[in-house]
Formats: sequence, C-alpha cells, structure tokens
Amino acid sequence: MTDQGESTIRTESAGALVRELVAHFREKREPLRRQWVEQMTAKGLLAGLTPQEAETESITIYDTCVGCLETGKYDAAQTYATRMAERSVLRGMTAEQINGGLLTLRDVYGRSLFERYQGNMKRLSEALDVYEPVANKILSIVALAFIEEREKVVREEREKVVRLQQEVIRELSTPVLQLRDGELILPVIGMIDTQRARQLTEALLRAIRANRARVVVMDITGVPAVDSKVANHLLQTVQAARLMGAAVIVTGLSAEVAQTLVTIGVDLSSLNTLSDLQSGIEEADRLVGYRVITTEATMARNAET
Amino acid sequence: MEVPILKQGNYLIATIQAALSDAALLELRDELVERVGRFRARGVVLDVTVLDVMDSFTARTLRAIAHMTKLRGARAIIVGIQPEVAFAMTQLGMTLEGVETALDLDGGLAALRRGTKGGGDRGR
Repeated sequence: MTDQGESTIRTESAGALVRELVAHFREKREPLRRQWVEQMTAKGLLAGLTPQEAETESITIYDTCVGCLETGKYDAAQTYATRMAERSVLRGMTAEQINGGLLTLRDVYGRSLFERYQGNMKRLSEALDVYEPVANKILSIVALAFIEEREKVVREEREKVVRLQQEVIRELSTPVLQLRDGELILPVIGMIDTQRARQLTEALLRAIRANRARVVVMDITGVPAVDSKVANHLLQTVQAARLMGAAVIVTGLSAEVAQTLVTIGVDLSSLNTLSDLQSGIEEADRLVGYRVITTEATMARNAET
Repeated sequence: MEVPILKQGNYLIATIQAALSDAALLELRDELVERVGRFRARGVVLDVTVLDVMDSFTARTLRAIAHMTKLRGARAIIVGIQPEVAFAMTQLGMTLEGVETALDLDGGLAALRRGTKGGGDRGR
C-alpha cells in the first residue's frame, strides 16, 4: 500500500488541512448526522431498522469515517464493514440500502465542505482533494465486504443443501424391509464404506428387534465391488445380527465377486451364502417354517393355458 | 445368589437383573451347570437384556456357560443382547462363536420348544 507515501504527503502539505477537516466534521457532528439520517429516511434507506438502531448505527458510521480521515488507516472501517455486512445480509437488508446510505453521507460531508469554503475556491478544491479519496475508499471497502458476505451466505446455503441431499441418499440406501413375520430383507445398493456399514448394521439391528426377525436375507447384488474391507464389514454385520438371534443369508454374490474374494483370500466360509434373492427367500422360508403352495385355482388356470 | 434361576418345565431360565461382578458371574456359571444335572433340564435360557455393557470376561463366561451346559446334555440359548451391545461386541471381535442366541426370552423358549437349533446358530 501507499500508506507510507500518503502519510508523508500529509505531514508536509495536507496535514494541517486534514486536521482542519476533522475538526470541522467533529464540530458539526450532530447537525450533519441528523441531516444524514433525515435524508436516508426520506429515501427509504432505513427500512428494517428501528429508530434507535438507526441512531446508534449512524453515530458509529459517522465516527468511523471521520476516524479514517484523521488517521489514514482503514482497519476499523474494514472490521466494521464486515460486521455490518454480516448483520445486514442476515436481516435481509440490501446492498443498495447500505451503499445508498453511505453515498448520502458522502454528499452530506461534501455539502458541508462547500458551505464552509464557499468564498475560497482554492481552499475548497484542496479540501476535496483530501476528502474525496477517503470517501471513495470507504465506499469500496463497504461494497467489497457486502459482496464477500453475499458469496459466503450463498456458499453456505449450497453446502447445506448438499449435506441434506447426502443424508437423504444415505437414508434411502439402507432400507430394511419385512418380508413375512420373522423375515427381513436388506437390499444393499452402492458402495459400502466404514460409515455406511456402521449405519447399515445399526438399522438392521434395530429392525431385528422391532420386527422380531429370525432370518435376514441380505442381498448384495447392487454392490459394485467387494474387497477385503467390504467383506469384513459384511461379516461384522452378520455376526452382530447373529448375536441378536437372527440368522443372515447373503445373496447376490456374482461369479466375479466370488472369484475376487477367493483370490484375495477372504474367508467367508462362516457365511450362509446363496446365489440369488429368490433362493435366499426360499431358504429363509424354510428356516422360519413357511411353505409356499400354489392354490388349486391357479393350478387349474395354468393347466388350461 | 444374585441371579435367580427359575425352573419352567424342562427348561431353566436365568435372568440377569443388574450388572454383575466377575465373582457373581462365576457363581452363576457353577450354579447353572450344577442345576442342569439336578433338574435334568433339557435347555437353559440365559437372559442378558439388562446388560448395556459386555466386557470380555462376561462374554467369555457366557460362552463357557453355553458350552458347559451343552456338555451336561442341555441346550443353552443366550437371549436379549441389545443392538448397541451386539454392535460393540462385533467391533471388538467377541462374537460368541458356537453359541445359540435368540432375540428375547420368548424367542429363546420358542427355539427350545421347536427342538431345532435357534435362528442364530451357525453350526447348521
């Protein structure tokens, strides 16, 4: 930055003028501020603020601006602008409102300078040279703070939506369904990672207790890849279910998956596995003691065709 | 005697009432194994519903009880392991191999009456 340069210039030629301007703004603080608030109210820029808030905010902004002019440092303005942007965006105030307010303040300051140096055009021009860069700088700081805040809010909202969607997908992907009294089906679709395996196991155990299940058919047709890690997760699920008194039948291991598992040497011998969901359900029926029979009507109809 | 052992027909039912000390567990083991012989019981149901923590000693003792009663000629079924406990046990590798399990007391007695092995048994 050119802080160093600016301040040297100030000490040499404009220092006295700055002090004069600051003294001027301090002295006229009350009338000028009141004028400013009135103009903003007239333009409808204070919508959403109570009169008290308008008072305190306007005092702070006024003093901060004069402080910037006095010291030539903008840290306070920067901090205040960020804080204000946060609050305003939350309360639904628009950038137009804030910017309009500051533009109005700039005009108020400017007018007061015109009034003061009416008879002395050269002095007025010098005063404006000092005053204008400061005013512009403050405006740009506030505008930037606002844009940043907006972006932050938009980004946060987007992240929230994504998080919600992920949760929904996760919930949807682990349904535990009752097939008959004492029989559950657990269709697993998609990749299994540690977190999902944990969720799946918890959902299954809860369902076993809620439905008093004795047999669970876990169908992993929809699991694209099974490696040693996934196999271990499945094993743990099966063991946990067994501790709750439910037998687990695993179905849907494709030939490729079986080959991979044998090649990498995962021991699934303790699992009760069957080729497809249908044989899994048939086995489950047998274990619980159901027998499926076709009715005579259907048999007759089948014979006719 | 911290754990009451009830006789119900041919079966013995032991319901754990509160978290047990190691000594109490061993006492339960000895008592159960002794009574299986005395009452000529055909089955034992061990209800652990109230246990919300299962340490390795408890798991090992439960397993020992199941195996010992089996050797004495009665089937043993552990019932009422809570979902959280089951999950924690598998994480820690305490899987009660070769022990029959059932959901609750009802399920355990039903499994005994069916005369078949309980749903949770792996030795089919």
